[in-house]
Amino acid sequence: MAVQDAGRIDDRAGVAFFNDPRVRSWAYQLLLIAFIAWLGFVVVMNVRANLQAQNIASGWSFLNNTAGFGIIQTLAAYSEAASYGRALWIGFLNTLLVAAIGVVLATILGFIVGIARLSPNWLIARIATVYIEVIRNVPLLLQIFFWYFAALRAVPDKRSKISLFDTFHLNIAGLRGPKPIFEQGSWMIGVAIIVALVVIYFVRRWARRRQAATGQQFAMFRVGLAILIGLPLVAYFIAGMPVTIEHPVFNETGPVLRRGFELGTGFNLIPEFLALLLALVIYTAAFIGEIVRAGIMAVDKGQTEASNALGLRQNPTLRLVVVPQAMRVIIPPLISQFLNLTKNSSLAVAIAYPDLVAVGGTVLNQTGQAIEIVAIWMVVYLTISLITSMVMNWYNNAIALVER
Amino acid sequence: MAQYDPNAIAFVREEMVPDMPAPASEHGVTGWLRKNLFSSIPNAILTIVGLYLAYITLETLLGFAVFEAVWTGEDREACVDAHGACWAYVGAYLDEFIYGRYTFDERWRVNVVYLIGAIGIAWLVYEHSPRRPLVGAAMLTAYPVLSLILLTGGNFVYSATFIWTCIALAAVALIIAFIVPTLTKSEPLPVIKSVAAVLGAIAVVLFVCSVNFGLPEVETDRWGGLLVTLVIAVTGIVFSLPFGILLALGRQSNMPIIRLICIIFIEFWRGVPLITILFMADVMLPLFMPKGVTVDSLVRPMVGVAFFASAYMAEVIRGGLQALPKGQYEGAQALGLNYWKMMRLIILPQALKLVIPGIVNTFIGLFKDTTLVSIVGLFDLLGQVQLSFSDPKWSTHQQGNTGYLFAALVFAVFCFGMSRYSIYMERKLDTGHR
Repeated sequence: MAVQDAGRIDDRAGVAFFNDPRVRSWAYQLLLIAFIAWLGFVVVMNVRANLQAQNIASGWSFLNNTAGFGIIQTLAAYSEAASYGRALWIGFLNTLLVAAIGVVLATILGFIVGIARLSPNWLIARIATVYIEVIRNVPLLLQIFFWYFAALRAVPDKRSKISLFDTFHLNIAGLRGPKPIFEQGSWMIGVAIIVALVVIYFVRRWARRRQAATGQQFAMFRVGLAILIGLPLVAYFIAGMPVTIEHPVFNETGPVLRRGFELGTGFNLIPEFLALLLALVIYTAAFIGEIVRAGIMAVDKGQTEASNALGLRQNPTLRLVVVPQAMRVIIPPLISQFLNLTKNSSLAVAIAYPDLVAVGGTVLNQTGQAIEIVAIWMVVYLTISLITSMVMNWYNNAIALVER
Repeated sequence: MAQYDPNAIAFVREEMVPDMPAPASEHGVTGWLRKNLFSSIPNAILTIVGLYLAYITLETLLGFAVFEAVWTGEDREACVDAHGACWAYVGAYLDEFIYGRYTFDERWRVNVVYLIGAIGIAWLVYEHSPRRPLVGAAMLTAYPVLSLILLTGGNFVYSATFIWTCIALAAVALIIAFIVPTLTKSEPLPVIKSVAAVLGAIAVVLFVCSVNFGLPEVETDRWGGLLVTLVIAVTGIVFSLPFGILLALGRQSNMPIIRLICIIFIEFWRGVPLITILFMADVMLPLFMPKGVTVDSLVRPMVGVAFFASAYMAEVIRGGLQALPKGQYEGAQALGLNYWKMMRLIILPQALKLVIPGIVNTFIGLFKDTTLVSIVGLFDLLGQVQLSFSDPKWSTHQQGNTGYLFAALVFAVFCFGMSRYSIYMERKLDTGHR
């Protein structure tokens, strides 16, 4: 290279100054920067003038003011006397709650649907296809409205219920079920679960080494399950059975207004949460189903045949050959579906489930601090999506095929 | 060849035996049933469960939508005792669902816009129709202007500041069109001509919009229903494709600052939910404007939706750009094409073809996402349906389900149509280089 460079003719001779690609590219870039800077300047000046005209003081001090409104689902201590900042925090926790449960359920349903689409059973494959086509082509907001305003309004009123196994009860006030109550000594069970996980990790390492050395297999799944269930169970009895289950109390007799579920008994999922969760899970599962199908189809048929030729049966072929390769294709788009679900949970505002956007909207209406609230929304969601893409990059690097 | 005595052999077959028919378990209805539905016991159980599920769903759905539905009636009395859908209510509200509160006597204007749009799209979709490029150009230039004038009534009044700003900007553009060719020692006249043509076109559009055609003004807050859904979706689609291409090219550019700005722009819009963008457009866009300038409440979400869709479009197109082999770029450069010619003639036709499914998926997503504007106080189709529930005249227990079913059908027809067309295009354009 150096030799060539030394003998190179200066190719800029005779070319107009502005025809030099480097000069040109920097000129364009400086122009763009100048334009953006000008735009930013104009916007900031306008915002200032407008805020002054509307008598709104920008700043973050409003976060400490008393909120004065109630929230129908609180995962942490909250009262109307709490601050706006606290209210937003509660909203954020609600977003996380619906997103976390939604992601788990949507994954399960999505895998079932995706596998059903590939089923050799004609009817099952057709049903899965129809499900995917219908659900994907109907707006999510419409589905949320349907579940909230139509489906969950058709259930019994507050004074009656429909029950499943006499444990879970549904009426217009939501879904009620038994609630575990942890009394003194419950920490021992938690410790036992952690200990069980550590033990399983070491047993698994030992089993793998032994299999690599001697070829002897170890029934890891069964032993692991036994450890995971056995240890906490032992701890539960040693600690003197500290966990009790509280069933919701339903009054069928007595004064009419007192009938129905007694407040604060059992756990209660509010209808807003149920409608949002159902819609998100059903909607996202349709997309996950397509991802799963594409992932499984992406595994070459030769892989299955080679595995069969090696003498592996159906089950180990799936477990050891097909699924690991399909997962490499499935997981990146799967994670972006998780992100979509989290972002879509912001539609909660349409049915007044108190998530970050809904609570933020209330705060915005009360204080008029539009810029600050929008900034909080943006920062929170951008952080979530940034973390997601970091996880995805890490995973992609970890599983990248090492070729030659 | 061994010699043999033909008389010693009792029987010699002189023609081939015809194939035996496959056993009954392998063909016909029973064979198909056995193979596809009852190949094993678990499969048979699945089939029975599936049949039951399908039966329940179909029975509920058809029963509600067809067999027990009420098709005619004047008010809720017709539907209140029925169990099925109250289509009479949809019929009574159909005008609202299509036009919103658009002035009654002026609805022919909306119909004209719908009609021209439908004819134009059908013309472009059907591959044997004559003069498709011309029609396409008209649909992208004249049609939007025509729609704008017809829907709003035209007769725009421009403030003096606006006119002077436009003149100043035009002058700046013309000066730049003169300076740049001079700097590069080339002929300035053709550049000035083309810039002048663009400016002239803008001036003509502005002028036409200000002409009084005698159409009464219809404020955008009277628009509603399918009209709002389509207006927002179509502007989003028309805006997002070119802007998305620019963003994707910018992200692939080797100019670091342009690349950085494009990355930040794309990741910002993709990282936040659309509803927060709509809120932002609703409450913050007015703050960004100089005093006295108001942004129409229909334009605000349109801006948000368009930027949002552009960011997604950019990522889809980037996928296509990255999928092209490097030889295509190098070949184009070796032919001496400059950047824009290389992109226009070599790269983009191939890259866009590769990502047609992704582009159409973005369109479908955008179309579905227009429903979100009902949260920020506009009445699109879903918003209009939701609004109609507050009318006591039609208030029945099945009104909600009927309205949602109707809206779902409309959306599903549009989205399904788009996805089928994309599959068809994909097959047609697939030149099979693989």
